[in-house]
Parts: sequence; C-alpha cells; structure tokens
Amino acid sequence: MSTVTEPATGPQTGSSTSDLIARLRAQENRPALVGYLPVGYPTVDRSVEALKTLIDHGTDVIELGVPYTDPVLDGPVIQAAAQGALDAGARVRDVFRVVRELTEYAPHVPVLVMTYWNPVLKYGADAFARDLAAAGAAGLITPDLIPDEAGDWLAASETHGLDRVFLVAPSSTPERLRLTVAASRGFVYAASLMGVTGERSQVGSRAEQLVADTRAAGAVNVCVGLGVSTGAQAAQVGRFADGVIVGSAMVRPLLSDGPLTEDEWAARLTDLAEVTEDLAAGVRSARATAPTDPSAAVTPGGATTPGEAP
Amino acid sequence: MTDVKLSDVSGPYFGEYGGRYVPEALIAALDELDTEFRKAADDPEFAAELQRLHREYTGRPSALTEVQRFAAHTGEARVFLKREDLNHTGSHKINNVLGQALLVKRMGKKRLIAETGAGQHGVATATAAALMDLECVVYMGEEDTRRQALNVARMRLLGAEVVPVKIGSRTLKDAINEALRDWVANVETTHYLLGTVTGPHPFPEMVRQFHRIIGEEAREQILERTGRLPDVVAACVGGGSNALGIFNAFLDDKGVELRGFEAGGEGIESGRHAARFSGGALGVLHGARSYLLQDDDGQTLPSHSVSAGLDYPSVGPAHAWLHDLGRATYEPVTDDEAMEAFRLLCRTEGIIPAIESAHALAGAMRVGKAAAAEGRTGPDGEPLLILVNLSGRGDKDVATAARWFGLLDEGVATEELERQEGRG
Repeated sequence: MSTVTEPATGPQTGSSTSDLIARLRAQENRPALVGYLPVGYPTVDRSVEALKTLIDHGTDVIELGVPYTDPVLDGPVIQAAAQGALDAGARVRDVFRVVRELTEYAPHVPVLVMTYWNPVLKYGADAFARDLAAAGAAGLITPDLIPDEAGDWLAASETHGLDRVFLVAPSSTPERLRLTVAASRGFVYAASLMGVTGERSQVGSRAEQLVADTRAAGAVNVCVGLGVSTGAQAAQVGRFADGVIVGSAMVRPLLSDGPLTEDEWAARLTDLAEVTEDLAAGVRSARATAPTDPSAAVTPGGATTPGEAP
Repeated sequence: MTDVKLSDVSGPYFGEYGGRYVPEALIAALDELDTEFRKAADDPEFAAELQRLHREYTGRPSALTEVQRFAAHTGEARVFLKREDLNHTGSHKINNVLGQALLVKRMGKKRLIAETGAGQHGVATATAAALMDLECVVYMGEEDTRRQALNVARMRLLGAEVVPVKIGSRTLKDAINEALRDWVANVETTHYLLGTVTGPHPFPEMVRQFHRIIGEEAREQILERTGRLPDVVAACVGGGSNALGIFNAFLDDKGVELRGFEAGGEGIESGRHAARFSGGALGVLHGARSYLLQDDDGQTLPSHSVSAGLDYPSVGPAHAWLHDLGRATYEPVTDDEAMEAFRLLCRTEGIIPAIESAHALAGAMRVGKAAAAEGRTGPDGEPLLILVNLSGRGDKDVATAARWFGLLDEGVATEELERQEGRG
C-alpha cells in the first residue's frame, strides 16, 4: 500500500527539533527533555497553563497529546487524562489552537503532536499536516502508525515540512530499525521497554542497547520514552539518549476526580513545576563530570549553561 | 491478482482495507505469527492434527438442517441451517481457537490472552487452553461480565483468569484495548488469540482460514442434499468471522448471493446500533483499516445491540472489501426483528439460537418474503434456497430472552436480569 521513501532532507535533519537537539548536544552536552501532556485536560485553557509550566521549568520539547477513545499504547495515568479531556469536550481542532498559543509563547520550543492515527485519518492526513504546519507545530509522533502504513503521512509531512517521529521497540529487528530510521525525521522514539506508558521504578535495561542499535541503523537522534519518571532516571537515560521523554509523571500531578478550584489548580501547577524541575535537573546532570547528583545540576529553565566538554 | 480467487486473497490488505495499525513493539510478533501460520498451512501434520480435533473434539462436520416449519414464515423459500451451534462450546468460535492454539504450541508460547464480549470466544479460548495446557487470561468489559455472569463462571471453571475491564465503555472494544496492552508488555511469552476476522494482519486472513471449513462443509452438504448451490447465503456480522467463514466457499460462485446482517439495535435513526455499513465510515481501530462507527473527530462511537457478540464499532476488513466490490451486501436487523426470529425458531424447530445468529434468521425471513413478493424463485421455478449460518446456540441468551418476552413469573427476576433490563 505504501512505499517508504528516503526523505529528501535526509534522516532526521532539517527540522527545528533536530536542530535543537544538535544545539543542546554541541553547546550544553546534554539531552533534551521532552515533556508530554494531553490537550484539554482538565480543560483546554488549563492544559495550556500546564504546558506553559513545563516550558517555564526546563522542558525543551513539548509532546502534545491528542485525546483519543482507544489509546492502546497508554497506561492508566494517560488513559485517565485522555478520557477526562474527552469528557470535558476536547476536540481535535483544539490541538491547533493550543499549538499556536505555545509557539507564540515560546517560539524556541518545538511542539510535536502525539496522536493515534484515526483522528488524523478522519481529518485527512494532508489537511491535518497543513493545519498543523500553519499553527507552528514541528511535526507528529505516531504511536500506532508504522512507516509501512504511512504512505499518506510521508507525503503530507514532506509537503508541509513536518517532523515524523516513529517508534522503535526492543523487539524491532535490525531490518525494521533501518526502515523506521529512514522514514523518521526530527528524532526516533525508542521505547525503553516492552509495554505501555507509565511510571516504573526502573528504566528498561534494554533501552541502552536499543539506542545503540538504532544509531547503528543510521539514526542521528534517538530519544527514549516509556517508564521515565524521576530526575535520577532522566540522568541515567540521558547518558546514552539524545532526549528523555516523560509523560505519565507529568500528567499525574494534574489528575483529579472532580473539578478543581483556582487555588487547588495553582497547587497542582506547583507540583507539576517541581516534577519538571527534577527531570530538567536530571537531563542537565546526565553527562556532567561526576556521576550523578541531580541536585547539583544547573538551575533548570534558566539561561543555557554550557556543559562540560566530554 | 486477476488470477487469484476471491476465496484465496491473502493479507495484509483486502482492497484498501486491513493493514497493521499497531505499535511497532508488536510487529515482530505479528511477523512471527504470519511465518508460523504460513508454514503450518503447508504442513500436512498440522492439517491432520486440526482435522482430528475437529472430528473428535468439536464434533465436525456440523449438521445441515432443513427447517420447513420455520421456512413457512419466509415466503416460498427452502431454508437450511448450518449448525455451528452444535459444536463443542456452542458456537463457531472453537474452529479458530483450536487452529490458533495449535500454532501457539508450535511457537512454544505458554500463555494465551483473549478478549470476549458475550463470552463465547472467551469460553472457547479457555477450553483450548485447558486442553493444551496453556495459561489463559481473558479480558472482558466489566459491563459484559455482569451481563454474562454465567460465561464468566464457565471460563473460571475451565481454569482461565477473567479480568474485568473497568475503563472506557467497559465493553468489548475496551477489552480488546486492554488485551493489546497486555500483549505489548508480554509479547515474547504470550499469544493474543484474537477472536474475529479483524485486528492487524495476519489475523483477518488467518481467522478466515480457520473458519472457511464452515462454508466448505455447507457447500458440499447442500449440493448433496439439493443437487445445487444455494441462491442466498445469510449470516450475522459482528467482527464477521462466522459470516466470512460461510461466505468464503461461495465467493467465487457468482450466482450465489451473499447477505450479511449487522446489528441494527434500536434502529439506525436512534443512533443506538452497530451498523457499520449504514452508519460508519473509513477508519482505523484495533490495527485494521475498515468501516468504523466514529464521530467527526475520529473518536470511536459506542455501539449497541441486544446481542453482545454483534456489539462492536468496526468490522473485519475483508467484509469492507466485499462490500465495496459489491460481492456481498450488508444491512441492519433491529433488536426487535432479531428477537422475533429468535422466538420463531424456538417455537417452530425446537432450536434455541444465539441472539447473534437470530439476526441472520431475521435476515433470511426478510430475503424470503421479498423474493415471494417479487415472484423470485430458484432456477426453473424451483423454490429459492437460503442457507443460514446458525453460528451459535442460545443457552447464554436465555436470561435476556426471558426478560425480553416477559417469561419470568413475578418475583423470580434475578439481580442479573434486573441489570439487563436497566441496560436499555
């Protein structure tokens, strides 16, 4: 049905995301912190406040989730938030509005939209790409779309100059790693373990090998997600990954069973800021000379501090 | 492509439908399954073992029964039932389950997971797991565990763990989501024994292959009985495994009309139905591109049917393909029509059908009456021949039917029945 074509710009280059990752690598010797929140939880406006909180406290790249009824690669925390967003009336069109608000707020922070495929299919891949590009998004992360099925999306993302972040997993064969790397732009998303999103006490031991294998398959930038929830884990993963992707740990402080008052919501944002700072400190200490005391890392969210030379 | 018979078309695509819309983490396992399936297809030992199980365990070939008293209500037609209800565990589901379970043994995996709605596929999977000494976990929407408490007990008797799924709509769709999540995490040791002709490749093709025996037997039986092919083949369509199983043998018999009947629920206009071909549009769910009940944002819409087995918002990609080709037609049958046909078969033939299968019976009545009204007959003025796949028996549905028809004496209503009434 589709043929995977080599992107005209070469794998994973020529995008604002890959430029940012390259700059962080060169100037700060550190990986990027990629932070996830869904659009519309608990409301669209409050989700924008929460996303700005991520940006203000040291998140380098935003992964903006499209709430979906059947999120098969998500664990209970993100499922609950996605369902909450849908229950509160979140719509696909809200995604474009939120992207625009974020890119106006922080033009230097790439915004990648994470979506299951059916909402894009329904909207039309080209129309979705067009509206996403117009809003200023960097591209898409597609957890249930493999390059083999992505003919329409490869074409649309070429036309509109968007990143295509596909996933690789510990079960991916070398052949599939090559296929996926060739189809990706921005970075390749390496799932640290076999499983769904969620916080875990340990990051998958197969993550480091997967990153190495993905690089061997030609990847320039490999970011690791699934199961990273603390600064210490971010530091550990950040030793070998170009980016550390965090979802559930950022969503959890926002979860509630009912509507929150202004004060309660402000307290949740404070909690979210703390979680974010801990993770931001983690990525900033990942490759520091002395391993690994996150508390000694540079202040997150401030001006860039050049990293130590390797 | 032009040389391939419709009955032998292989995945991953059926026309523009099908594919593998799943996380990359599952692709290696799907590739392994595809390879093992194709190796087994060429292996006479595999075929012999499956045939032995069909004969000695399931009770195949299943009977073909002509139902004359029922047919008196369907115009001038003669009606034959393919009796999948007589299989061990009470439905066609066992055909697919035994085939996949044998593959699992060959792959050396020790753990099965499955989804179930009404419980028929869960019971069949738990049965095969007991027979073949495999661990078995069945995901079932919490709503369905309450509606089908008896089948939950059956699965547990057979040694399976039943996990009630408490998220989303708490029905079949969410049970599949949860099974997929389990599979992503445990794919190296676990086989997902998907119960219908949907999901990512190779499931739609593989499950069709394990059910094609229904149509192959029926074709032979009706030829032997009547000397000719049927004019119409009718089946109910949820995910579509029993329908594809019986249709497949007739796909290349151009004169045989193939009619699929979906759950019309409370009527298309009510919005409470599972009629994907009337109310759905192109979409992706659970790994396959097909027709899907969805809203303007591509969010999956809840489906509704009096029969849990037809209560699913998407449909197997091969049916979407046959629909677009015009080789099969699909239309809704309402809850009311299905229950009327259910009662009629009970009273005229002494056969209690599954409510799912009653949709096919209602469809056959519609076809027969329309033919009589139009003066349509078989060749040379012979009566029209209608073959119906009676995909399952109705033991599991006795509570629902008793409530529907008000057959319970005052005060006998169990809590379960109260809940069923409260469902509407």
